[in-house]
Amino acid sequence: MTAIGILNIVVFLLVLLALTKPLGVFMTKLFQGERTFLHPVIRPIEKLTYRLCGIREDTEQRWTQYAASLIAFSLASFLFAYIIQRLQGILPFNPNHFSTAHAPSGATPMTPDLAFNTAVSFVTNTNWQNYFGETTLSYFVQMAALTVQNFVSAAAGVAVSVALIRGFARRQANSIGNFWVDLTRATLYVFLPLSLLGALFLCSQGAIQNFKANTTVKTVEGASQIIPQGPVASQESIKMVGTNGGGFFNANSAHPFENPTPLTNFVQMLMIFVIPAGLTYQFGRMVADRRQGWALFAAMSVLFLAGVFVCYPAEQAGNPQLTKLGLETKATSVQPGGNMEGKEVRFGIPASSLFATVTTDASCGAINGWHDSYTPIGGLVPLFNMQLGEVVFGGVGAGIKGMLLFAILAVFIAGLMVGRTPEYIGKKIEQKEVKMAMLALILMAANVLVFSGISSVANFKKNGYWNPPGPAAANINNDGPHGFTEILYAYTSTNANNGSAFAGLNGNTPWYNLTLGLATLIGRFFFIIPMLAVAGALAAKKKVPVTSGTLPTHGALFVGLLIGTVVIVGALTYFPALSLGPIVEHFLMREGKLFSSLFSLPIWS
Amino acid sequence: MATAVAPPPVVNDGTELLPKKLVRARPLFDPPILKRAIRESFVKLNPVTLMSNPVMFVVEVGAALTSVFVTRDAITGEHPIGFTLQITLWLWFTVLFANFAEAMAEARGKAQADTLRKAKTETMAKRLLNSGGKVEELAASRLRAGDIVLCEAGDNIPGDGEVIEGIATVDESVITGESAPVIRESGGDRSAVTGGTKVLSDWIKIRITSNPGETFLDRMIALVEGAERQKTPNEIALNILIAGLTLIFLLAVVTLDPFALYAVRSAGAGEVPSVAVLVSLLVCLIPTTIGGLLSAIGIAGMDRVMQHNVLAMSGKAVEASGDVNTLLLDKTGTITLGNRQAVEFIPVDGIEPAELADAAQLSSLADETPEGRSIVVLAKAQFNLRGREVHDLDAHFIPFSAYTRMSGVDLDGRQLRKGATEAIVRFVREQGGSVPHNFMDVSDRISRSGGTPLAVADGGRLLGTIHLKDVVKGGMKERLGQLRNMGIRSVMITGDNPLTAAAIAAEAGVDDFLAQATPEQKLQYIKREQTEGRLVAMTGDGTNDAPALAQADVGVAMNTGTMAAKEAGNMVDLDSNPTKLIEVVAIGKQLLITRGALTTFSIANDVAKYFAIIPAMFMATYPALGYLNIMHLHTPQSAVLSAVIFNALIIIALVPLALRGVKYRPQAAEIMLRRNLLIYGIGGIIAPFPGIWLIDQIVHWLHLA
Repeated sequence: MTAIGILNIVVFLLVLLALTKPLGVFMTKLFQGERTFLHPVIRPIEKLTYRLCGIREDTEQRWTQYAASLIAFSLASFLFAYIIQRLQGILPFNPNHFSTAHAPSGATPMTPDLAFNTAVSFVTNTNWQNYFGETTLSYFVQMAALTVQNFVSAAAGVAVSVALIRGFARRQANSIGNFWVDLTRATLYVFLPLSLLGALFLCSQGAIQNFKANTTVKTVEGASQIIPQGPVASQESIKMVGTNGGGFFNANSAHPFENPTPLTNFVQMLMIFVIPAGLTYQFGRMVADRRQGWALFAAMSVLFLAGVFVCYPAEQAGNPQLTKLGLETKATSVQPGGNMEGKEVRFGIPASSLFATVTTDASCGAINGWHDSYTPIGGLVPLFNMQLGEVVFGGVGAGIKGMLLFAILAVFIAGLMVGRTPEYIGKKIEQKEVKMAMLALILMAANVLVFSGISSVANFKKNGYWNPPGPAAANINNDGPHGFTEILYAYTSTNANNGSAFAGLNGNTPWYNLTLGLATLIGRFFFIIPMLAVAGALAAKKKVPVTSGTLPTHGALFVGLLIGTVVIVGALTYFPALSLGPIVEHFLMREGKLFSSLFSLPIWS
Repeated sequence: MATAVAPPPVVNDGTELLPKKLVRARPLFDPPILKRAIRESFVKLNPVTLMSNPVMFVVEVGAALTSVFVTRDAITGEHPIGFTLQITLWLWFTVLFANFAEAMAEARGKAQADTLRKAKTETMAKRLLNSGGKVEELAASRLRAGDIVLCEAGDNIPGDGEVIEGIATVDESVITGESAPVIRESGGDRSAVTGGTKVLSDWIKIRITSNPGETFLDRMIALVEGAERQKTPNEIALNILIAGLTLIFLLAVVTLDPFALYAVRSAGAGEVPSVAVLVSLLVCLIPTTIGGLLSAIGIAGMDRVMQHNVLAMSGKAVEASGDVNTLLLDKTGTITLGNRQAVEFIPVDGIEPAELADAAQLSSLADETPEGRSIVVLAKAQFNLRGREVHDLDAHFIPFSAYTRMSGVDLDGRQLRKGATEAIVRFVREQGGSVPHNFMDVSDRISRSGGTPLAVADGGRLLGTIHLKDVVKGGMKERLGQLRNMGIRSVMITGDNPLTAAAIAAEAGVDDFLAQATPEQKLQYIKREQTEGRLVAMTGDGTNDAPALAQADVGVAMNTGTMAAKEAGNMVDLDSNPTKLIEVVAIGKQLLITRGALTTFSIANDVAKYFAIIPAMFMATYPALGYLNIMHLHTPQSAVLSAVIFNALIIIALVPLALRGVKYRPQAAEIMLRRNLLIYGIGGIIAPFPGIWLIDQIVHWLHLA
């Protein structure tokens, strides 16, 4: 590790810390219906939205109504996204003529299963991409379907978090807010302004924003190269702030038009974390005990640092086999050393490791390097981050929900050890909460493990409909444990609604499109709905007054307990799978066994 | 003042809330109990009953599965069965050990019940016909509520009831375990009698209040036997948690099969782990420790309450007592000794204090009441007046009577009297003496401060007043301080006026008090606490306490109390010692801590088991995973076997802890959590490493695998 690399990480966390409170205060006011400094500008638009949509601002919903609204909204969004993808050939803003008779050679056809996968992926804030944007989608689809979903799926995530926080904050209440109002406010007051600022900043650094067709240029060597174009900066900005992660281009944030400079790279990472971090503060404010919010922030920070400082040294150490061959793998003033395979030279090892950790801590899934090319341990970190449930700051909304789920479990198990039935933030944790938390945990584990299990051994007819390459394991790029990790990573990422790809897995076949889509849906709704049920149950409870007999949930002890619960539950669930993937690969690498690429994927356009 | 039976002194060194000597304590491994438990362990293998314990049910299914494979292999002779057979046996042991833990807890309850059942021998009752006084003999089992029976010396009381006439001493040791007889009489708060107890002297007429099979003794037997045991809310929630974890591990192990298949195919070496190995991994991972001990902890908690001579009507009540935020404590008998003590001699003008003290002492020499003795003590302490030998004085003592409301001594022609102010004033006037006009002021002042004035006269000469005062029990302040550390507020309930109440409250260190409390005010106070989210515990004995007892989350009725009170509360203290409330809270907490500690321990244990089994499973496929074999276990088989053996033995090893409960000290939550997390969390992660290593050494040494 280099001093500048470590400094990069530390400064990142400090800047995040500085942003947490202001944003948290703003969001608290916003979602409690108080006036904010943006009200003079946005309030009229908000009111107009309510009038147009027939939303009654002052009505509140029970958790069941709240959940039903969310599902209805997601279903409508899904249908809209699916239909316009299928119809992109006859819709405007399609200068590259995708899905028409004039489609360029090499363009990917928009099949029903790919459209399903993509629609599900964007409606659930996952942005798993089984397509290459620049060779598949029209600008109209990119903007009207994908970018819109980037906003509203993120806003829906924030809405649900706010509802859950209300569950802790309210007492003997039967409602947890109004989904439509929360959704509107999150979109208008939080995501629009932040992404507008972000887009302008990215443009200033060199990100592109236009409606031109892809241009063909002659390179210095005389070869011809296609340079993709499009309204990139606007989608890029919300992709980060909304922790969506779906790149305009396949290369995602590694592409110079999406993420041109080390500065944009730094800001992009902040954009991922800023809202989730703000939500921890909002939690503390709304439950009237700020220390509770900071405790969550602290637990997340520790897990974040642990992740980075496993990933970064592993990447910097690089492959011992290369060192044995006499290659210089130490960082020097003229070269970065370590494992630079699949990393952008303008970011280097620390900023790439940091990005990989951040994007999987949160449910973002944007990438600025190829996770598949990381060392086994370096790649284990993003994978394990997602398996923990993306509770480290997490995606917009998803992180705090997951962390609160673990807080409920931690309090339930260890809270008994202070001689009281468990309580958290003054709320008794009883059957219903435990049942719902366990339900979510079980379904998440089942989702990842069962689909990965089937795909590791399932057999399909070669050149058949379901999986043309043949067996499901034939779609992977590498043999051995590394190939297994590619499958495990895909279902882990979709279940966690992350959307980052380990890559190396060709997912655009009906089998993977459907199962990854299903994993995404299960990961989204079978997590959110139980958590809304928890919110409903908690809101209805009395608040137990705090005494010296109460388990303190704001000190270092609790932070440690929470971290322990997260790590142990995650490790116990996934250790067998991980031991057959990155862990054994790591040991094999040390013994000199590597797993080369089986065939070459058209990764770069 | 019904101070009834003096409570046995509480052994307390100031750091423990739980006294060490218990009336019904029983050695942990009593041979008859042990025998019964071992038998029951096998009966409990019945899958239908085991189904209610999802964790152990999964283990049993796993054991059955491996049994099938062992049998198959034994018949076909294709594979050596030594390893699978050992795994199978240990899996069955795991189930048996868990059954044994539960059976032990139950057997202890059953043993208690057997003792009680002896009291239920068929007795004959003397039923009174009409009011004519004719007596009819019939079997106690034929009595119905409303019947009136006569019980004379030597008779067993045939059923629960209310004394309507007479007074008698009753031996209630069957119920209370306390051999000293108690007095039962009609009217007031000492009128309740319990079926199965025995009249020792005199006679009483009883109106029977319960039908056969529904008596207090019947309920008590059912409760200690665990026949009516229902899972408590927290226990159900914990069951959901461990069942959920079991499902997660089931998923992790079942999907390991295809993962392993992929690995074997791609590495081209080794084979997919056998069913026995997969089942072993599953059993080691699922929380068998807490799954096997959970119900034992609950039953043992109830039993522990019983050992403290408190009968809890439900496990829920015991659990709730751990959660209590507010304790309502009756002043008399709980906070104060209940007996007033002399603290000051206040002579009337013109009388020397010493003379007053002398007269007071003389009049109290034969007075064996605590008040009387305290006067003698005070006289000696203040004026160095020695207690004189009563017989040497040729004195004639006049005992206290409710009619005269005074007592005293006739000595050398002097008539020394002490008693209620009005009574003495009347006596002085009758003797021709006069009463100073400001005399009543003194006694009024004492009354107002919460004390009791006792006037003293020598014939017609009024000497002065003795100030009797409530005395706070020794150590009470410390105990209430401990409660405060645990986050529990203590509230003193008293009929005294607010001034007096405040004085005693300050002295005892309670957090709040309710003065001149009526039963309605008590009820209101409880309701108000509850709306603020607090759980309230209280004790009570009178019929007018019943609504408050029913409203409180934990209502401990005194056994000497009325039937109405006993039915309203959810616990009955057979010693009728109101201070017991504090112990009940401690037991409730201990129960919850034990549960949490063993759950944490159980889950923390899994880490080591992975390190034992995962490398063993894939030794042939991926020898590189041998790096994870940090315990350096000898062979893959011995590694798996050692983990399974450790997993089974830990259940047995923790049975005593589950039955006794973890050590409990009254401490603030944070300190307690840190300590328990260190022992059961961190300890739980570390302990299996040396444990499994040691078993592996033995397994290797014995050439078992």
